[in-house]
Amino acid sequence: MQLDSKSPTGPIEKRWEDHRFHLKLVNPANKRKYTVLVVGTGLAGGSAAATLAELGYNVKCFCFQDSPRRAHSIAAQGGINAAKNYHNDGDSVYRLFYDTVKGGDFRARESNVYRLAAISLNIIDQCVAQGVPFAREYSGYLDNRSFGGAQVSRTFYARGQTGQQLLLGAYQALERQIGAGTVKMYPRTEMLDLIVIDGKARGIVTRNLITGQMESHIADAVVLGTGGYGNVFYLSTNAKGCNTTAIWRAHKRGALFANPCFTQIHPTCIPVSGDYQSKLTLMSESLRNDGRVWVPLKKGDKRTASQIPEAERDYFLERKYPSFGNLVPRDVASRNAKQVCDEGRGVGETGLAVFLDFRDAIQRLGKHVIKERYGNLFDMYERITGEDPYQEPMRIYPAIHYTMGGLWVDYNLMSNIPGLYVIGEANFSDHGANRLGASALMQGLADGYFVLPNTIGDYLASNKFEKVEASHAAVRDAESSVTQITRRLLEAKGTRSVDSFHRELGKILWEFCGMARNAAGLKQALAKIPPLREQFWRDIKILGSGDELNQSLEKAGRVADFFELAELMCLDALERNESCGGHFREEYQTPEGEAARDDEHYSYAAAWEFSGVGKPPVLHKEPLTFEFVHPAQRSYK
Amino acid sequence: MRIVLHIWRQKNAQDKGRMVRYEAPNVSEHMSFLEMLDVLNEDLLAKGEEPVAFDHDCREGICGMCGCMVNGVAHGPLPETTLCQLHMRHFKDGDELYLEPWRAKAFPVVKDLVVDRTAFDRIIAAGGFISVATGSAPDGNAVLVPKDNAERAMDAAACIGCGACVAMCPNASASLFVGAKIAHLGLLPQGQPEREQRVTAMVAQSNREIFGSCTNIGECEAVCPKGIKLEVIARMNRDYLSANWTGRVGLEAD
Repeated sequence: MQLDSKSPTGPIEKRWEDHRFHLKLVNPANKRKYTVLVVGTGLAGGSAAATLAELGYNVKCFCFQDSPRRAHSIAAQGGINAAKNYHNDGDSVYRLFYDTVKGGDFRARESNVYRLAAISLNIIDQCVAQGVPFAREYSGYLDNRSFGGAQVSRTFYARGQTGQQLLLGAYQALERQIGAGTVKMYPRTEMLDLIVIDGKARGIVTRNLITGQMESHIADAVVLGTGGYGNVFYLSTNAKGCNTTAIWRAHKRGALFANPCFTQIHPTCIPVSGDYQSKLTLMSESLRNDGRVWVPLKKGDKRTASQIPEAERDYFLERKYPSFGNLVPRDVASRNAKQVCDEGRGVGETGLAVFLDFRDAIQRLGKHVIKERYGNLFDMYERITGEDPYQEPMRIYPAIHYTMGGLWVDYNLMSNIPGLYVIGEANFSDHGANRLGASALMQGLADGYFVLPNTIGDYLASNKFEKVEASHAAVRDAESSVTQITRRLLEAKGTRSVDSFHRELGKILWEFCGMARNAAGLKQALAKIPPLREQFWRDIKILGSGDELNQSLEKAGRVADFFELAELMCLDALERNESCGGHFREEYQTPEGEAARDDEHYSYAAAWEFSGVGKPPVLHKEPLTFEFVHPAQRSYK
Repeated sequence: MRIVLHIWRQKNAQDKGRMVRYEAPNVSEHMSFLEMLDVLNEDLLAKGEEPVAFDHDCREGICGMCGCMVNGVAHGPLPETTLCQLHMRHFKDGDELYLEPWRAKAFPVVKDLVVDRTAFDRIIAAGGFISVATGSAPDGNAVLVPKDNAERAMDAAACIGCGACVAMCPNASASLFVGAKIAHLGLLPQGQPEREQRVTAMVAQSNREIFGSCTNIGECEAVCPKGIKLEVIARMNRDYLSANWTGRVGLEAD
């Protein structure tokens, strides 16, 4: 299979404009004749569904939650990047482009990243016009803060609830279209298969989560904005419902899955407290603006933070990375936290935590300023841990947070299955091997508001779509495959709960394919996962039926897909004999312990083709070339 | 610690439903309320009883999906805290807790503690937005917003749409929810052109959804996990009055 990225050539700043000009257009009067399915209502899916409907397309939109407003984009705290240079601090579209390519450790497509940086300007304008209450200066102008991986202030924010406010903006735009009758919304509806006819994506099979009813929806194009797969680890900062099912089942129908091992560990999460733990809570990275990260100099120091004098503290990020200090990118911050904990210098009961200390910032700026900046985060920390972070430093530890990998897409955001588009975190396109803070919101909205609505017209205008009957063999086949999965799960009548399997899978993956990986460990994981998967299908216990709200059944279907994905992640990590971004292979590091890339052999996106459960997938490579930002070792020293 | 739970079990919308008593014998103080329910559900499954259905997603207090009545109080006893952020350290050994779904005709029960809140979406669809098509926005700094207005708009925009306000109100009024959106958009210059149509359309939809009227009791404010203030209702009433006074009431008014 030849992977054509359709990436334009020529001057980087002209590429998107030229490309757009050469895309075919759909006549305004004809748009309503096309039906587009949008799955997922986060920043990417919600903004895409609203914008496609504004353009005149006939849209059907799906989410598994009870309302499109619940999608997990809502939990993003810190902010959204835009190269507005409102602060005259040397920012530009080119610098955001440069920072993102470098931050991604040279494993992203330059053309895509430049377009993302350029569109960042429009996103802020659009959101302000929608009524997103961004933070303001006293003058009434928009305020900015700085964020990890950048030396300029380009992050726009709405307290610690930026994701919520941006999502509500997209949600309200979507509801406006629903009210106008241009979008038909299907809440509490889960996509369980993709319908492919004559090589083109022509629909999906869904399950109504309340009645259990299965339904097929036929359309001219399908858009997946279904988010990332971090929950494969069981414990992550994702919402409990986040899953890989939509993209994984599309993968099983032929869509390539790219860079599955590129997962991001977020450095500032509240540490695990017990076995019953159901999820991890993230504290925004913006806290690192004013908080200082440290551990005791001595191993096994059990004194409280206030008992440890200044001279016996190791501010390890400031010490090792003087120019970026506490604002080094996420992968670097996470790995260093793991390292000091591995040395036995971790704090708290488990020894798996480092301090994030606001003492100096409170002294310098006053408690009221810190409260204004991070009040809700401090409250959240206190609610969960029962400790007051104004008095004692927070304890934090890294956790799985975001997945850079996802379905492979070309410059038009179309997968290798014609008519199947993938946007937001669900695709692999813009962040390479590591995503910078405040860039996920930017990418979701860029894809949904500005990229996809332009590129999808070209596909619709250049293809003919035969009418598909509900009795078509491909529709029947997809439906029967969904029915079969449900029946197998319900009929196993085993002894173990879904969560017990999910937890066990997550532990394997975190140990061997988490913050640091090595070949021996990955091989061990690859030996452990298949038997556990087989045991899952034999021994899963689900009560109730498939014709009603059945939360165990929903979870089981998702965990079944996680099992298959987990194996692919380990294979991908094993195949990539280098360290880059979030993928740290212990065998490949510099003498100082930093990630050592191998550009000569691994400067490509690894796009995997499914060839059957338990069968070796086929690797396709999209070579990456860098004309503008020249690969160098990332240095934040 | 040991907690005794009385939980509303209802198989589906047609079922009559009843309270069922359960015991949670080994509850850790560090557990969240929902983790306590997770553990109960694992125990039920092991015994061959169907787990309790409850809505939840982010478990960070922001998605608005979780919530039930705990001893008659929406989201339980802690102020400004969603059920998922409530931790068991706020309860003591031997406590008896009564868990019921949100109480309101406009939120019909789906199963156990799960209710249907799509009425809220229909209220937003009726007018809870600013009509700006993608691509038509001016520069973000072209229209200045006084910091104080931005802050107050943000206070109101913090609403997570969980429905606790409705569940706690003796009238099952959605006024705090509707008022929060009216205040958020009405405080911003971008929200002015549609301000009067918005309030009339949203109030009309709220009436169609059979939410009750507001009689200034204040239970909604007391249980709101995001601390939305009653003043948003005053603002909604003022806008509603002025819209009717000027006659610019939009097509949706009844």
